[in-house]
Amino acid sequence: MYQGIRISGFGGQGIISSGVLLAYAGMLDGKHVTFFPSYGAEMRGGTANCSVVISSDEVTTPVVSQPDTVIVMNEPSLAKFEPLVKPGGVMIINESLVKSRPKRTDIKVVLVACNRIADELKAPKIANMAALGAFCKQTGALSIEAIAKAMPKVFKRAKPEMLELNVQALRKGAGLN
Amino acid sequence: MSEKLLMKGNDALAEGAVRAGCRFFAGYPITPQNEVPEYMSWRQPQVGGAFVQAESEVAAINMLYGAAATGTRSMTSSSSPGISLKQEGISYAAGADLPIFFVNVARGGPGLGNISGAQGDYFQSVRGGGHGDYRTFVMAPYSVEEMGNFPLHCFEVAEKYRVPAMILTDGVLGQMMEPLEFKFPEVDPKTLKEPDWALGECKGRKNRLVGSYDLVEGKLEHVTLARAKRYAQIEAEEVLFEDRLCADADIVLVAYGIAARACSAAVKMARAEGIKVGLFRPITLWPFPKRQLRELADRVQAFLVVEMSLGQLVDDVRLAVEFEAPVHLHARPSGVTPSGEEILKKIKEALKAGKGEPVCSSR
Repeated sequence: MYQGIRISGFGGQGIISSGVLLAYAGMLDGKHVTFFPSYGAEMRGGTANCSVVISSDEVTTPVVSQPDTVIVMNEPSLAKFEPLVKPGGVMIINESLVKSRPKRTDIKVVLVACNRIADELKAPKIANMAALGAFCKQTGALSIEAIAKAMPKVFKRAKPEMLELNVQALRKGAGLN
Repeated sequence: MSEKLLMKGNDALAEGAVRAGCRFFAGYPITPQNEVPEYMSWRQPQVGGAFVQAESEVAAINMLYGAAATGTRSMTSSSSPGISLKQEGISYAAGADLPIFFVNVARGGPGLGNISGAQGDYFQSVRGGGHGDYRTFVMAPYSVEEMGNFPLHCFEVAEKYRVPAMILTDGVLGQMMEPLEFKFPEVDPKTLKEPDWALGECKGRKNRLVGSYDLVEGKLEHVTLARAKRYAQIEAEEVLFEDRLCADADIVLVAYGIAARACSAAVKMARAEGIKVGLFRPITLWPFPKRQLRELADRVQAFLVVEMSLGQLVDDVRLAVEFEAPVHLHARPSGVTPSGEEILKKIKEALKAGKGEPVCSSR
């Protein structure tokens, strides 16, 4: 299996930590993984994006130029990444913040109200987890359990209650309760 | 030996150096290597070492000169423009036979260039870089795991032959995260034997002098020739390389670092189409694996060098194969990583050209 992912949004939406979490979960799952952040002239409030590869084979290039899956967390990211998705690929869109819709008809579009899910859990910072939950459901590349297992390794200083809320957001994002 | 970790290449370099016994780091910020000094700023105090954010690259390399002269495993890091600034100090360390260790997390150039990963500093690394007749031991990792495990080897070679050693890597490997294991037991620098040239307390022993300056007629040549013997020994004994699927290959790709990863994608695609392609990856850039490439030249139809520079590595390959086989070039300078697909296309062009004029391309 090979799964190339791009995650994109505002700085502060947990774009980079979502990418690290996916990579860590893939590693614990026994897969080959890479994570690569965009590190251009980024600034606070600007856009951030990263590439993650999860593969059963050795990963060659860590920069995903033709993603199987794109997670779009804010409006500007949609226009930037819509042209790159592989035909037949998946675009997960945070419909709480993204009002436009892709024009392409050869990709699967999945709408998730990430911010609403996070607000319902009274933890507005974990909207990214709802998107990762949808990622698990749509791609099958990772299980929610694998991500939950990686969480304490990546968020080393998070309290157990907070990690539990993260798992709930993952499940809600995947349409589970 | 240790658990599997998920680390950034730059962090792996820093942690690998600390585990290798590095107890002095001086540096100055520049993208894309900033994680190295940042990591060292908290990690060195943990192990009783020293971290200095210097006022400039020139200051940092000269602090390294002083620290290495005491026999302490010492390191600096920077990225291309900063490494240019350090060249004077590197030449002085080479002239004083000091085993300094430095890292270039290279970016696109020339000049201020950009902050993407690039390989334009190849000549600077393997042909000296600073002034005078000297060589630097150069290793080129291609994974985060190698980033973490090569610093120890650099220190050991540097100390064995009393030469500067460096890791030449790039912004992609520096910034990416990948699983790694540190495959060596942590070095306690207290258990290392104090070198017989190191400066420090000289009570009860003869004075020692570390320097690169000698005006006595003929003496400097004598010193340089003695050093050249050590260079010859390094060339004979310290070459490292990896060859993949070269045994039955019609054409062999030659690449190092991140460019070699793009090549391994191309090899996979080509083999799936029945094209017999191999990959030869120099791990030490100096000493260069000349003999191994010369031997391959008798068996293959052609070589295709893939580098993220205008055509630097290709010179060493041509010198090594002594024109026994055509050497083609695919060059992507100034911060562009080639894709497996484009390399596959070049492989086909190179095979079609056969023994004719080498194919050279940059897109």
